[in-house]
Amino acid sequence: MELDPDDVFRDEDEDPESEFFQEKEASKEFVVYLIDASPKMLNTTCLSEDDKQESHFHIAVSCIAQSLKSHIINRSNDEIAICFFNTREKKNLQDLNAVYVFNVPEREPIDRPTARLIKDFHLIQESFVKHIGSQNGIVSDSRENSLYSALWVAQALLRKGSSKTADKRIFLFTNEDDPFGSMRISVKEDMTRTTLQRAKDAQDLGISIELLPLSHPDKQFDITLFYKDLIGLNSDELTEFMPSVGQKLEDMKDQLKKRVLARRIAKRITFVICDGLSIELNGYALLRPAIPGTITWLDSTTNLPIKVERSYICTDTGAIMQEPIQRIQPYKNQDVTFTTEELSHLKKISTGHLRLLGFKPLSCLKDYHNMKPSTFLYPSDKEVIGSTRAFIALHRSMLQLGRFAVAFYGGTTPPRMVALVAQDEIESDGGQVEPPGMNMIYLPYANDMRDIEELHSKPGVAVPRASDEQLNKASALMRRLELKDFTVCQFANPALQKHYAILQAIALDEDAVRETRDETLPDEEGMNRPTVVKAIEEFKQSIFGDDSDEESDSGPKEKTRKRKAGIADGNYDFIELAKTGKLKDLTVVELKTYLTANNLSVVGKKEVLINRILTHIGK
Amino acid sequence: MARNREGLVLLLDVGPAMHDILPHVEKACSLLLQKKLIYNKFDEVGIVVFGTQGTQNELATEIGGYEHVTVLRNIRAVDEAVVEYVKWLPRGTVAGDFLDALIVGMDMLIKMYAATQKGKKRLCLITNAACPTKNPFEGTKDDQVSTIAMKMAAEGIKMESIVMRTDLSGDVYENTIDENDHLLNLFSSNAIAKTVYVDSPLSLLGSFKTRRVAPVTLFRGDLEINPTMKIKVWVYKKVAEERLPTLKMYSDKAPPTDKFAKHEVKIDYDYKVTAESSEVLAPEERIKGFRYGPQVVPISPEEMETLKFKPDKGMKLLGFTEASNILRHYYMKDVNIVVPDPSKEKSVIAVSALAREMKQTNKVAIVRCVWRNGQGNVVVGVLTPNVSERDDTPDSFYFNVLPFAEDVREFPFPSFSRLPASWKPDEQQQAVADNFVKMLDLAPSEKEEVLKPDLTPNPVLQRFYEYLELKSRSADAALPPIDEAFKRIMEQDPELSSNNKSIMDALRGNFEVKENPKLKKSSKRLLRDKPSGSDDEDNRMITYHTSDNKIDNIGDGTPIQDFEAMISRRDNHDWIDKAITQMKTRIMKLVEEDSTDENDRALECLLALRKGCVLEQEPKQFNEFLKHLYELCRERNLSHFLIHFTSKKITLIPKSEAADSDVTDEEAGCFYVKQEPMVES
Repeated sequence: MELDPDDVFRDEDEDPESEFFQEKEASKEFVVYLIDASPKMLNTTCLSEDDKQESHFHIAVSCIAQSLKSHIINRSNDEIAICFFNTREKKNLQDLNAVYVFNVPEREPIDRPTARLIKDFHLIQESFVKHIGSQNGIVSDSRENSLYSALWVAQALLRKGSSKTADKRIFLFTNEDDPFGSMRISVKEDMTRTTLQRAKDAQDLGISIELLPLSHPDKQFDITLFYKDLIGLNSDELTEFMPSVGQKLEDMKDQLKKRVLARRIAKRITFVICDGLSIELNGYALLRPAIPGTITWLDSTTNLPIKVERSYICTDTGAIMQEPIQRIQPYKNQDVTFTTEELSHLKKISTGHLRLLGFKPLSCLKDYHNMKPSTFLYPSDKEVIGSTRAFIALHRSMLQLGRFAVAFYGGTTPPRMVALVAQDEIESDGGQVEPPGMNMIYLPYANDMRDIEELHSKPGVAVPRASDEQLNKASALMRRLELKDFTVCQFANPALQKHYAILQAIALDEDAVRETRDETLPDEEGMNRPTVVKAIEEFKQSIFGDDSDEESDSGPKEKTRKRKAGIADGNYDFIELAKTGKLKDLTVVELKTYLTANNLSVVGKKEVLINRILTHIGK
Repeated sequence: MARNREGLVLLLDVGPAMHDILPHVEKACSLLLQKKLIYNKFDEVGIVVFGTQGTQNELATEIGGYEHVTVLRNIRAVDEAVVEYVKWLPRGTVAGDFLDALIVGMDMLIKMYAATQKGKKRLCLITNAACPTKNPFEGTKDDQVSTIAMKMAAEGIKMESIVMRTDLSGDVYENTIDENDHLLNLFSSNAIAKTVYVDSPLSLLGSFKTRRVAPVTLFRGDLEINPTMKIKVWVYKKVAEERLPTLKMYSDKAPPTDKFAKHEVKIDYDYKVTAESSEVLAPEERIKGFRYGPQVVPISPEEMETLKFKPDKGMKLLGFTEASNILRHYYMKDVNIVVPDPSKEKSVIAVSALAREMKQTNKVAIVRCVWRNGQGNVVVGVLTPNVSERDDTPDSFYFNVLPFAEDVREFPFPSFSRLPASWKPDEQQQAVADNFVKMLDLAPSEKEEVLKPDLTPNPVLQRFYEYLELKSRSADAALPPIDEAFKRIMEQDPELSSNNKSIMDALRGNFEVKENPKLKKSSKRLLRDKPSGSDDEDNRMITYHTSDNKIDNIGDGTPIQDFEAMISRRDNHDWIDKAITQMKTRIMKLVEEDSTDENDRALECLLALRKGCVLEQEPKQFNEFLKHLYELCRERNLSHFLIHFTSKKITLIPKSEAADSDVTDEEAGCFYVKQEPMVES
């Protein structure tokens, strides 16, 4: 995370792919959350997870609150606006009735989310009735049409930014499936027509409208009554549209989370199936480690960002060097020089295509054949018509025959052999769990693998193996410790959660940091169930026997540490050295003995180590 | 010999049967030696070739025998000349005996490093093992091999054999091959010996461990089932990317006369308040800030230290689950291996019990790991069994990192079943694809698997070292082309496809693809440059069919609909102008009728026009027209029509609605305020 010179100049890390993904992330999205605040939204309730009654309005608001938090963390360049309709009060540039654009000071109506917005929006439930109020805004006689007005306001908000560089979206939360249902036929027709036209106009401007409907406990939201036309679904897409409309808060949050993340093209890939047959694929980074944002250095007195300048200085002359700078490799008593151009030519050994080499049974793909997160491939007929058909055919054959494809992918540095594993679609009640397509798995080269097994072999000496009884006990243990309904990525990253909790607390000037739970710890309650304890005890007994519970150990290691500490303390008076500024005279190894002895990190350059020791002594 | 130094003897078969592949052997050995020069320059290497006409080795001189074995280079530290030895290996004339060579090599190692000395001693044999070995003076070959192997084990010598078998021609006896394979196998069971069979130059390059990395444990400690049951384990990296050597930056600024110039480049970081200012901030004047939305939140190191997440070191078992629950593509990083602490027999058994049972029942274990004290994060990963086939190797687990909830981006993709039929293969096409997948088989049987990652070298590294060698001779050497051997991983095997021409032709014939003609060059580029995913409109659920909007005239019947349809047409920008002009004419006509009915329609049309002009950002057209209309009405005193201006809120289009407008919000409002008195009068 720290701006580490080594890191900045690491030779091989110029992975164009990761850069590519980052660049994509930088693209902007403009989002308007349009929330129906009609009395019907406030009064209809449904059961929450913990059996509490929650109003639809509450569900919508909590979803958005959560979405805002993830926005500010993951995609803080996006601009968002929150807009209620069917309100008593009005607040919008167009001065339309029953539409209220929620905002906080120092922020444009549509702008990047701020800590203040999140905080105030969090409190909206309490203040809503008093300050904004709910009122049905579709009144037949006055021809008032709050839905129309809301769409108008949203569209006006989204006028900001060019549609070429940004995605513009409206998320519409409502539980009214037939907004003009109670009207006279003629008025209804008229209102329906104008509203639909309004929506179409917005869509023509490149704004997509997404509906997040809430169903009544006893009556499903009927999308065919009105909204299918508004969001422009045709009949066969209707079935696809939300197999089950979420009733529970969790479902809704899930829905929103999935949809807020617009599908982003990661990379266009040409897949060469054989000579004379190439199709077009899109690669998506569906799994990438989330990391706390980059560090910005600030002036500690003003808290303003400071400018970091990097310069290359020739140590012989002190002259400032201009990039690109030649590189050398000492070899055979001489320095062999390479220009950056030569190096980039050297690394470029293929066109960036993905070339199919053949197929193997899935058993050939070992658990240790992995380098980095996979890339998801989905076909596209956009430029090459027929791509999807060929892809689906291969996909089906591979699934049916239990084979994966081996291919060579030139789009990474270095180019790699990859395994393409066909993935069938997996669906659950909540929607799609695994999309259909292929996952591209980056395979290591021979030199990337280490033969640790061999290191641990003693030739001619048979290693002890488990007996049948021990295997039985292990089996019993495994049955007891079965994780029910385990899904990958069910855990939140505790370090990341903590980090953001800290940021939020400091940004909002809160007194206490919100408690975060480490979900990755073993389930203590479950582990302490008598049956589980018994199974573990029996397994332990079968392995270790009666006499001793474990082979005692950790002795030597502790001793090593103590010995190391002894050397450190014995040889040098670190405090004295620190005072006189002589720490720099010690070697890195010597510095590390102190760090190890004091349980400190030994990572970093000498300077860093010295600073760490100084900080430690300073305490 | 220092602990971390290696003594290596290369035993290279140069007999006639090897001549074809010797160029690749030369390449593989050069690479090994080059890397030693860079990474392990204190390693010592001896080179022995066998199958030569002549004989030159100490054993032959001392006790006789050991013919056709030539020591090219005695064991000594690698130097700049070492690569030369293997670059041009002699071509032998007689069939070599690899057992003789092995004994010569072993003898060299033993003489060089007395048994007392600790160190890494290695023999590396490259042969096709297709020539018969001589019968020993006494006992059987098996006895002889066992004796050699035990001697090797006692001396701590490791042996690595690479057996190159491409297509063996008819004059080789099967029994010889079988016997040799059996002998090599015998080594494996009695010494630390490994035999790799390779069938292509590519695998030959890949099978050769050219870089020696001292294995370091990432973690030593407990795998905790629960607080009372702990297994002692060590964790290593199983996979770690081998990169190019870190090339130093080089400065040529020093004058050529300066003999002591270091030519080094230092990187300096200056922290400044602004880009212009020359004032540099000292470390204590800076503080780290983290982005939180548009804000940057400053956090002092102390604050960070006290608040941050601090888990305890350890590996904790969370439970077991079906292997099918963990899809392969969830593996996030390079792979670790978890082996039991070799000194703890009980732990070896415990790991063995779990691993074997996991394999048996198709289960995997989920664990939570913190590798070091003070590490600021945790990883959740999956342990999969690695059950050993060799009696002398302990069972272990592979460890793969799994994603956290934050790491997953779930984008929905359309189901294949719901795609239009024209995008899906028909039965015949599916059959063709099935045949193709069956035909292009890289692993007809376990033994015959080609392109194993474990035997595939990295082409970029290979090329770098080749280039380095060339450059060391001549600074302006040209970049060598990529080695022919690498064709095998970059292209389909031409033999396989030419043998199955009918299947390939059927594939090409059944899956016709063509460039989308609708995409012009320019728009293609535009799409490419477009950073966000919005260009996937084909697959979007919301699609507008431009074909619906084929209206090119505003008729009398449904003027508003016609206008909206026209203005929505996206095939040509001219439609907008046309629509607006036609709508204006239409309104003028209606206004001139001066009947209540027609006026109402005129008003509706006017509203539609206004909306259209806002949408298309053509405020001037509307504003001018409205002013004109207003003048017209005043002239003709069409008061009835004007009254409705107010009720329908028809105003000029202000700046807030269309940026191009030069009318302010107030002016727009004033427009009808001004009119009212006029209408009343």
